[in-house]
Amino acid sequence: MKSWIEKQRHLIDFTLSSLLRRRGRNLGLLVVYSLLVFVLASAMLYSHALRREAAVILEGAPEVVLQRLVAGRHDLIPPGYIDKIGQMRGVQDIRGRLWGYYYDSVVKANYTFMVPADGSVAKGALVVGPALARQRGLEANTGVSFRAYSGELRSFIIADVLPQASEIASADLILINEDDFRAFFNYPAGHYTDVALTVANAKEVRNVANKLSKLLPDSRPILREEMQRTYASLFDWREGIMLALLSAAILAFAILAWEKASGLSADEKREIGILKAIGWETGDVIRMKLWEGGLISLTAFLLGFVAAYVHVFKFGAPLFAPVLKGWAVLYPRFDLVPVIDGLQVATLFFFTVFPYMAAVLVPIWRAAVTDPDAVMRS
Amino acid sequence: MIFQPAIIALLLASAVSVAMLFVAAPFALQIIRHWDIRSGSERQLQLERRTYLFSTLAVFVMATQLLSLLLFVFNADKMSEMFVGAMCAVGALNVNAYGFPALIAQMTVFFLAAGWLAVNYVDTRAPDYPLVRIKYAALLVLLPAVAAVLWLQLEYFLNLRADVITSCCGSLFSEDTKSLTGDMAALSPIPAMIGFYVALGLAFATAAFHAQTRRGGYAVAATSIVAFVAALTGIIAFVSLYIYEHPHHHCPFCILKPEYDWQGYWLYVPLFAATACGIGAGAVQPFRRVESLREVIPQVSARLAAIAAAGFLIFAAVATVFVTRSNLILIE
Repeated sequence: MKSWIEKQRHLIDFTLSSLLRRRGRNLGLLVVYSLLVFVLASAMLYSHALRREAAVILEGAPEVVLQRLVAGRHDLIPPGYIDKIGQMRGVQDIRGRLWGYYYDSVVKANYTFMVPADGSVAKGALVVGPALARQRGLEANTGVSFRAYSGELRSFIIADVLPQASEIASADLILINEDDFRAFFNYPAGHYTDVALTVANAKEVRNVANKLSKLLPDSRPILREEMQRTYASLFDWREGIMLALLSAAILAFAILAWEKASGLSADEKREIGILKAIGWETGDVIRMKLWEGGLISLTAFLLGFVAAYVHVFKFGAPLFAPVLKGWAVLYPRFDLVPVIDGLQVATLFFFTVFPYMAAVLVPIWRAAVTDPDAVMRS
Repeated sequence: MIFQPAIIALLLASAVSVAMLFVAAPFALQIIRHWDIRSGSERQLQLERRTYLFSTLAVFVMATQLLSLLLFVFNADKMSEMFVGAMCAVGALNVNAYGFPALIAQMTVFFLAAGWLAVNYVDTRAPDYPLVRIKYAALLVLLPAVAAVLWLQLEYFLNLRADVITSCCGSLFSEDTKSLTGDMAALSPIPAMIGFYVALGLAFATAAFHAQTRRGGYAVAATSIVAFVAALTGIIAFVSLYIYEHPHHHCPFCILKPEYDWQGYWLYVPLFAATACGIGAGAVQPFRRVESLREVIPQVSARLAAIAAAGFLIFAAVATVFVTRSNLILIE
């Protein structure tokens, strides 16, 4: 065992010095290789961070949201609906929610108006999200007016701006008092937008949803886990599409690697010839060349991955963000929490190192079987 | 569902493996028909040169298969969140009829690849390559196996529908189900523990004995396989219960989840490594009387057996630590 390690160590030593001797050539390959890893790793890290962000946000969502449908379209919850659900076993809390969208022609963006569950916003006051505050230049204790659905202009005092930390969920949010909300939108009294149900036992959620759709056939229960799953597959799909598109780049890179490995310079050929003449076997030359490929791969992988990490988590992935996160006028600015996922690293490894090694095998063999005398004579 | 990075990577690895073995197949036939180490003919020289290429390709394919198994399980576990009712890899593999066959095929190829690599290793250490024919014949046998893995994976991944209600591990590994896995779960802890430790002890003893005396090589492979089955049974019957601290949760996949600190990898990695080495030690035994391998094989198989013994020991120790550290009391 020890002699085996010794042998590999000497091979690595030799390979490193021979790589350094042809610095320019190998540097070019290393740069392209690192760039490929960087692009793929950026896409993967970014979409994984987004997926996690979505999961974290949805963790706070109610287990079941009940919407009423009229002819397949979302409609208001009429009075008495919540009482009809009444005491359902397993349901901890039932709450009618009030929220809606409002188009502001000043900044050409949609806002989300919402009545907080705890009634913490006073009459005539608003609490606004950070992206919206930025766009309209709002601060605490300044005034703002919106045209209500009745046509008249209504003024509010900004009580507070929501913290930056919550921006991914609250960029376009406006919290408003219930009475103001109903007056502003001409919202019919006693009606709600939808119903949120809290279910303590995760295993009961499906039963509750089944019971709800039996009790209220004109309604649609939406489960939190369904939302989580949808977001997860959405981001997976986007990531997969990016990778499928980038597979052309992987292929091009494999061709480049093949070319690089097969276009041996006269110098390298002579080196192999001399090595074989002084007693190296073909197997040793192959091993040396594999080490060469392995060392370049590993270096490129580490360089590319670290660069991608910095690109995504330090600078917010300016190169890929538009494709992966979607867009909106009031798009939240947010910092992603750095997460590295083992499966992703393994996948990335398969995507980059595997094609490279597969592509260089044949050229390596070609170089290794050349006869020493043929090389030295030429 | 094909647009999942890990799925694309797995399919890529399998497809490249099949393609490489496919290219190697005509060459393997040539070798079987024309190989003659004593001849100095042009053809023999050509063949000898090409064996370097195809041996390297084959080693590459086998190494890929070893890694693929890990990625496959890892991926199945991650995918479980996409399917209603699936809580771990079992649910994800149960989404259609191809999930478990694909896993079992991948595991089989894993162990076959381990055996092939062992034979290849001893062959390259002898100056006259005495096992070349056997090696390439085995490659021809492995080609359909690897192709089957690719086909099963394709069927499995292409037929994934993210909204199917799958059965969770609770129904597959609970005591009431009438199936092999159900029977494994229904084993009461004491006989399961006895079987577990006896089989592992036996595997360790034969492997250590072989490493010392270089005798009983076939026994190492046999006890390794038995220990592998006993170890999986033991994990389902009692080790998992102690890890979950729950008397009815028998799943061998949930222990791979982050909720349980990935403890499963501490169990499975040594177990698979030990079994692969044990099988490798057995796979080279038929050739120990070959003249040029008389020196090589005992040395190599002793080393493999030593690794196998260490692996089984680590596995048993880790399982014991999990059991003793747990707050669950199964046996008064």
